[in-house]
Amino acid sequence: MGMLIRAAAWVLVAIAGAAAFGGIALHRGESINALWFVVAAVCTYLIGYRFYSGWIAARVCRLDATRATPAERLDNGRDFMPTHRSIVFGHHFAAIAGAGPLIGPTLAAQFGYLPGTLWLLAGAVLAGCVQDMLVLFCSTRRDGRSLAHLARDELGPLGASAAMVGTLFIMIILMAVLALVVVKAMAHSPWSTATVFATIPIAIVIGIYLRMIRPGRVLEATAIGVVLLLASVAAGGWVDSHPAVRAWFDLDARALAWFVIVYGFVAAILPVWLLLAPRDYLSTFIKLGVVFLLAIAICILQPDVRMPALTQFIDGTGPIFSGALFPFLFITLACGAISGFHALVASGTTPKLIARETDVRMVGYGSMALESFVAIMALIAACVLDPGVYFAINTAAGVVGSDPVTATATITSWGFPVDPAQMEALAASMGEATLYGRTGGAPSLAVGMAHIFGSAFGDGLFAVWYHFAIMFEAVFILTVLDAGTRVGRFITQDALGSLWAPLGRTSWYPSVWIASILVCAGWGYFLYIGVIDPNGGINILWPLFGMANQMLAAIALAVVTAIFAKSDRLRYAWVPGVPLAWLVTVTTVAAWQKILSDDPRLGFFAAASDLADKLASGVLSPERAAVAPQLIFNQQLDGWLTVFFLLVVWTIVIDMLRGVWNHLSGRRPATDTESPYVATQLT
Amino acid sequence: MSASGGRLARLWAGLRAVLGDDAYERYLRHCRARHPEAEPLDRREFYASELDRRWRQVNRCC
Repeated sequence: MGMLIRAAAWVLVAIAGAAAFGGIALHRGESINALWFVVAAVCTYLIGYRFYSGWIAARVCRLDATRATPAERLDNGRDFMPTHRSIVFGHHFAAIAGAGPLIGPTLAAQFGYLPGTLWLLAGAVLAGCVQDMLVLFCSTRRDGRSLAHLARDELGPLGASAAMVGTLFIMIILMAVLALVVVKAMAHSPWSTATVFATIPIAIVIGIYLRMIRPGRVLEATAIGVVLLLASVAAGGWVDSHPAVRAWFDLDARALAWFVIVYGFVAAILPVWLLLAPRDYLSTFIKLGVVFLLAIAICILQPDVRMPALTQFIDGTGPIFSGALFPFLFITLACGAISGFHALVASGTTPKLIARETDVRMVGYGSMALESFVAIMALIAACVLDPGVYFAINTAAGVVGSDPVTATATITSWGFPVDPAQMEALAASMGEATLYGRTGGAPSLAVGMAHIFGSAFGDGLFAVWYHFAIMFEAVFILTVLDAGTRVGRFITQDALGSLWAPLGRTSWYPSVWIASILVCAGWGYFLYIGVIDPNGGINILWPLFGMANQMLAAIALAVVTAIFAKSDRLRYAWVPGVPLAWLVTVTTVAAWQKILSDDPRLGFFAAASDLADKLASGVLSPERAAVAPQLIFNQQLDGWLTVFFLLVVWTIVIDMLRGVWNHLSGRRPATDTESPYVATQLT
Repeated sequence: MSASGGRLARLWAGLRAVLGDDAYERYLRHCRARHPEAEPLDRREFYASELDRRWRQVNRCC
């Protein structure tokens, strides 16, 4: 009887999900209620979790609750420690959730709401969640080893070096693009700038409190910090309303870029307790809080999605980024559907906390489903805006022109009506001087969130919610910058140490300085070029980031496929193998087009030669001609970087296939890399 | 009263655990159970060494 009720409940979930999907896909009206998206998403995750992850857990991984996990066997009271699965879920989700699933869907909304929704759901359930769960499983069965370590064991030294170099480059592009997002949000916005600047002394105060006054009392320190952060949003408003103070924070993008670069360097060499760790505590708390709040607000408000299901830009002529639906939808959405970076966490801190092997399912598959839900909410926030407003905020002046009349006329001519008065009123209600051409995704997300929060919670304080959203994004983007520069520094020191041993000493100051400067110069360069680019920069950097991220996912899936193919899981090697083939196809096609397309909006080398021709024939305006040589060089560099990424991913895939072939043809017996079975003592 | 009190206490403990507020207590419990002869680090030393360990690897994503 109970079983019958359960079966009936799952049939109902399936019907509700299918009905919501049908509603979304077939709807052809002016607008569609956002609740349809929430229902479709939740039903998809439930079914994916209940059936696909259940099948993977039982048949593919054969998760065994009686097998002692590394957390139990190697328990040291610190990193290895059996922890309740809801707590591990919280830790893991806080670690994987970042700005990527907020920015990607915002940009991908230029194709309309439908493609983004479909891939966020299908990609997460069939690929992203599967990757996270399988990497977590493989690492848990191997004493919590890192992805680089697993790659060395399964693929050999070539695969391992490719994985490490790939990781470093991906981190550099990631930090550049995230820094660009913050800089673009702060440029000529004194309120945002003042608020974001204020987060630095707040983090330091909390750091001193946690280290000197009440060591390790994270919860009370976080509570104080969150109150201070909220006060900083109000203080930013005060700054904005006082012309004399306002001028100090009214900075252009170049000045802010230099500030962020220097900040990143200082943060990377300061002790972690002073700035990085306290900021991370605050950002984790705010991140979890905002995700929760946004879900509630969307359910209360049930806003209408105004974006059409599909726009004409699926043909590749999009103003926010170029490239057709295939493959650039997948490259742009990246993290919300499948993210290679998660493989680093799923083979880092998380496997050392798993108390029971069966928890791998909830932690690995479940957190990614939640992450995908965050991406769906970001997509909703972008699509509740008037499409005309959405394009006016996200399209660079270099594309639609810098004066309001031309810009709005161009966007209206695309079929997305908007007028200067509407934009001016919107900017005024958000407490900003202007919202035109604020590329990067953060401002349009903040407008969408302000609209949702301000309307749902009834007090309409749009300007405060807008700057709260900017602060929310900036706080964890800056954390990623600090943490990423630091980890990049360790990887660089490790590499330099093989050239000259003293440079490998992580606490030797000259080595710390040299490695930190190298890493900051790396992402700082791409950030600076993004800032001077009249086309907004994000149109170049985001696809580069997306390709890099998807390639890292391909590396992780290649490692898992190798492990499965060389063990008694061979018949299930398609579970990681199919997403791997898909990712390799998508990234190869995208990279191919980015390298070889002769459309200057799409191909890097085509763009470089197009700009060089324009510069030579003197048709560029003086300010464009001034930056043209740097932009030409950068387009060529990006082209070569794409070639490099392509080589890395194919090296790993071929290396993996060769190893599997050697094993299957019996030329080389596989060595079992799993830790031996030990029965659990946990009750 | 006691049921809802218990639930509240569990919620509070969960919040502390997710944010890492109880790390030192868990460490002490571990030390007492596994290495009763050794002197555990004090709260300040533990916090400092924990941070140093935690931020040497990728633990935040895009």
